[in-house]
Amino acid sequence: MRAAVIVFPGSNCDRDIAVALEQSIGKPTTMIWHQDTDIPSDLDLIVVPGGFSYGDYLRCGAMAAHSPVMREVKRRAEKGMRVLAVCNGFQIVTEAGLLPGVLMRNRGLKYVCKDVHLRVEDSQSAFTAKYKVGDVLRIPIGHAEGNYFADEATLKQLEDEGRVAFRYCTTKGEITDDANPNGSQRNIAGVLNKARTVLGMMPHPERLADKKLGGTDGRAMFEALVETLA
Amino acid sequence: MNHAPAKRITPEDIKTHGLSDDEYKKVLEVLGGREPNMVELGIFSVMWSEHCSYKSSKKWLKTLPTKASWVICGPGENAGVIDIGEGLAAIFKMESHNHPSFIEPYQGAATGVGGILRDVFTMGARPIANMNALRFGDPKHPKTKHLVAGVVSGIGGYGNCVGVPTVGGEVNFHPSYNGNILVNAMTVGLAQKDKIFYSAAAGAGNPVVYVGSKTGRDGIHGATMASTEFDANSEDKRPTVQVGDPFTEKLLIEACMELMATDAIQSIQDMGAAGLTSSSFEMASKGGMGVELNMNAVPQREEGMTPYEMMLSESQERMLIILKPGKEELARKIFEKWELDFAVIGHLTDTGRMVLKFHGETVCDLPIDPLAQASPEYDRPWLASTKQPVVAAKDVKNVPWRDALKTLMGCPDVASRRWVWEQYDHMVMMDTVQRPGGDAAVVRIHGSNRALAISTDCTPRYVKANPFEGGKQAVAETWRNITAVGARPLAITDNLNFGNPQKPEIMGQIVEAIQGIGDACVALDYPVISGNVSLYNETDGKPILPTPAIGGVGLLDNLDQMTTLAFKAEGEAILLLGQKDDAGWLGQSLYLREVCFEEKGAPPPVDLAHERKVGDYVRGLIHSGKITACHDLSDGGLMVALTEMALAGNLGCRLENIAAPLHAALFGEDQGRYIVTVKAADAVATLEATKAAGVPAKQIGAVGGSAIFLGGESVELEALRKLHEGWFPAYMATAT
Repeated sequence: MRAAVIVFPGSNCDRDIAVALEQSIGKPTTMIWHQDTDIPSDLDLIVVPGGFSYGDYLRCGAMAAHSPVMREVKRRAEKGMRVLAVCNGFQIVTEAGLLPGVLMRNRGLKYVCKDVHLRVEDSQSAFTAKYKVGDVLRIPIGHAEGNYFADEATLKQLEDEGRVAFRYCTTKGEITDDANPNGSQRNIAGVLNKARTVLGMMPHPERLADKKLGGTDGRAMFEALVETLA
Repeated sequence: MNHAPAKRITPEDIKTHGLSDDEYKKVLEVLGGREPNMVELGIFSVMWSEHCSYKSSKKWLKTLPTKASWVICGPGENAGVIDIGEGLAAIFKMESHNHPSFIEPYQGAATGVGGILRDVFTMGARPIANMNALRFGDPKHPKTKHLVAGVVSGIGGYGNCVGVPTVGGEVNFHPSYNGNILVNAMTVGLAQKDKIFYSAAAGAGNPVVYVGSKTGRDGIHGATMASTEFDANSEDKRPTVQVGDPFTEKLLIEACMELMATDAIQSIQDMGAAGLTSSSFEMASKGGMGVELNMNAVPQREEGMTPYEMMLSESQERMLIILKPGKEELARKIFEKWELDFAVIGHLTDTGRMVLKFHGETVCDLPIDPLAQASPEYDRPWLASTKQPVVAAKDVKNVPWRDALKTLMGCPDVASRRWVWEQYDHMVMMDTVQRPGGDAAVVRIHGSNRALAISTDCTPRYVKANPFEGGKQAVAETWRNITAVGARPLAITDNLNFGNPQKPEIMGQIVEAIQGIGDACVALDYPVISGNVSLYNETDGKPILPTPAIGGVGLLDNLDQMTTLAFKAEGEAILLLGQKDDAGWLGQSLYLREVCFEEKGAPPPVDLAHERKVGDYVRGLIHSGKITACHDLSDGGLMVALTEMALAGNLGCRLENIAAPLHAALFGEDQGRYIVTVKAADAVATLEATKAAGVPAKQIGAVGGSAIFLGGESVELEALRKLHEGWFPAYMATAT
C-alpha cells in the first residue's frame, strides 16, 4: 500500500498521522507539499491531516479547499482513490465538496481537547473494516469547530445510505446529548461519501494508536486500510 | 552624520523613556557629551530597561549555580541547553508576559507563548512541549473571570495553532494578583547536540537578514511598560500590547528548521522585547562586532514608519539572522517557499558601532560596547524579611477531617484544572505520555523509549512568609514532581516575579528568594540554565506575592520505568515515605487558609539533605519496578494527595496508623514526602529496606472501595470528584 499525506501551510498533524500509518504499513509515507499537483500515480490512500491550514483565518478549511493540490485530490477521489480526512482535513474536504455538511463552531464556543467515545456505525469501508458495528472506541478530539451540520434531507440520505461512520457516545455506547462534545447533529463524528471511499472525521484516530500513549483503539483503522488496500 | 539632533531632548522625553536623571547623565557620557537624537534615546531606553538589562537583579542572579557536567549552555543565551545523551540536547526557558496579559489577556498571553517558542527554536530546537504558570487575583474580584478566560484562550489559540502540545502548568488565585496577574510561559525543545545555534555575531561584511512578519507600529515601548508599576491609567497602555499570529509562527518554525538543516547560518536571534533594537544590538555586542542597517529595507506593514518606530516596534514572529557569505539566495528560497518576508537589511562591520541609515542619512550612530558596558547595575538596598512564628498544631482549629477534605478538594487552588487544559491541545506531536493532571508532564523523545519530565512550581504564600525557604521550596517541589514520575531532575529555568525593587522590603524578597533557589540548586545538583525577571508587579503601590516560578526538566531513561499517581489495584499497600518525626506543619498551609481562614506563620522548612535522600531513594524504588503508584505531597498535605490518587485511579482507600493530632497529620504540608503504593505482599520488605536506607517509612493503609475510609468515617469518591471537578466550570459559567 502507498500512502501520502498532504501538507498545507499550517498543517500540524501531518507528521503524527504519517507516524501512525508507517507503524501499520511498515514503510515511509510520502509527504506532498500543497503546491505540488504532481501526486504519485500509484497512490492507494491520501490523507488530509489535522492542523490549522492557512491559519484557519477565513473559515476553517476554506482556503485549503481551493489550493491546487486539492483540485488534484478531488480528481483522484472521484476515480475511487481512498481519502482519509481528519479534523482540519474533514473541514477541508467538506469545504471542497467531497463530503456533505459543514463543521461549525463548537456548541460550547471553546476549543476542546480530550478523549471521547465513538460508536462504530459502519464496518463496510476500507477504513472501518476491522471494527464491528456497535463497537465503542476511545479516540481523542482537539478542535474548536467540529459541530457537524447538514440539512435534514442530507442527514436523512446519510442515514439511509449508512454513511454515518461514527457517532459520539457514552462509554457504554449510548448516544446522548451529554456525550456530544461539540453539538454535532445526531452526534455525528464521521461520515463517508456515497462510494465509501472518502472518510471525514473530527476525532484523531492517530492519537491513540500506540500503547505508550494510553490506548490503541485508533490503530485498527490503519490496519484495515493496509489489509484492504495492500 | 549630522550629529545635531533634529529635536532637543527634553526632561519630559527622558521621563517617558523610563530613564532616571542619573541614567541620562550616563547616556551623555557614552556619547562623549553629545545629546542623543530620539532614535538613539529610544535605543538607550529599551536596552537599559529593567526588562532587558536586569539592572536590579543582576548582582544577585550572578550568585546562582549554573554549571554541571550536563549543562551545554547556561543563562545569557536565548534559552539554556542541557545534554540528554544519545547526541541530543534539551533547550528550555520560561518567560513572563505579565503586564501585557493584564491589559489585553488574549493577545498578551498568546504573544507570551509565541515569544518563548521563538527563544527556543532560534537555538535550533524543535519545540516539543509548552507549559505555563498562571496567577490570577481573587476569584471574587470583578476582573478575574475575564482575565482567566482571556489568558487561557490566548494560550490555547496560539499553542494549538502552532502544533506544540501544552502539557501542563499551574494556576493559582490570590487577592495580591488582583491588579497584576502573572503569565509565565515555558517551552522545551529538542535539538541535535552538535547543531545548536547561538546569537553572537561574527564576520565583518556578513549579511544581516530579517525574516518573518512585517514590522508594524504595535508594541512600541513594551519593554519599558514591563519595567514600571501600574496605576489607574494602565488600561491606556493597550496599544503597547502586541498582536500574535500563530500561523506565521508555525511557518517561521518550519522555515527556520529547514534553513538550520543547511550550513547557512552564522548566528540567529528572535526579535523579542525591544524587537529589532535588542536583537541587532545584542548579537553585535556578544560578538564584539559593529552593525549597519538600512532602515528602508526593513519590511513594513504600515506606510510612513520612522526609524524610531521600526527600531522599537515589538511586532511578533520576526527573526534576525546573520548569514554566512553567499548564502542569501539559498535562504531566500526557503523563506519564500513558506511565504514569509525575507530581506537583507544590512551587514556586520568591525567598527563596534550601531549605525542606522534612513533615506541615505545616518539616523543613529552609537558605540555598542560602551553602551552595553555602561548599562546600569544597581545594588539596591534591601531589608531582611521578618521571620514569622511557627504555628503549633494545638493552636489551629481541628475541623472534622471529612469537612476539611471536602473544602480543600473544591477550593480554587486545589480544584481540578481540567477546564483549563482541555482548551489546550496537549496531544499533538503524539508523544505526550503523561497528560496534564499528574505530578509532572512526561513527553517522549520522538522515536525513542526515553522521555522528558517537566514541572512548574512555586508556592507564593510560602515565599511571602519566608523568601529563603520559599525559594528553596519552589525548586524542591519541581524536583520532587519530576522524581515522582521516575525521572532524574536535570536543570531548571526560573521566572522571578516580584514587586518594585526600589522598595527595600521587596528587594529583600528578591535577594532571599534567590539565595534559597541557589541553595536548593546546589544541594540537588540541579542548576539554573535560563530565566527571566519580571519586576514592578505592583498596582497603586500594592505588590504581588513574591512568585519565583520554577520550571524543572528531568530525563526518564526508560519509559517502562515510569510511574503515575493513580491507585492501581484493590488491596495494594499505601506507604508514606519521608515523614520525619515532627509531623504536621500547619503554618501557611492551605488548611489554615481555606478551612480556618488564616494566612499566617512560618512556612514548612525544606531540609535539602533530607529532600535529596528521600527523592533519590524513591526514584530507585520506582526504577526497581516495585512501586505501582507514586505521588509527591504538597498543597493540602497527605489527605489531598491521597484523594488525588484515589480520584485518578477511581479506587478508594482505607487509612490507618495516622498520627495525632489528626488535622496536622492529614493536612500539614511538611516537605520531602511521597506516597507510594506496592503490592500487599511487597509491603513489609519495602518498608524494611526503606528504613534500612535511612528513609522514614510507614504503612498508612490500603487501596480499596469507593470512598476514603478513616476511623469509622468515610467520604464517597463521587462526592469528592464532584467538588474537585466542579469548581472551575461552575466558576467560569456564572455571570460576572
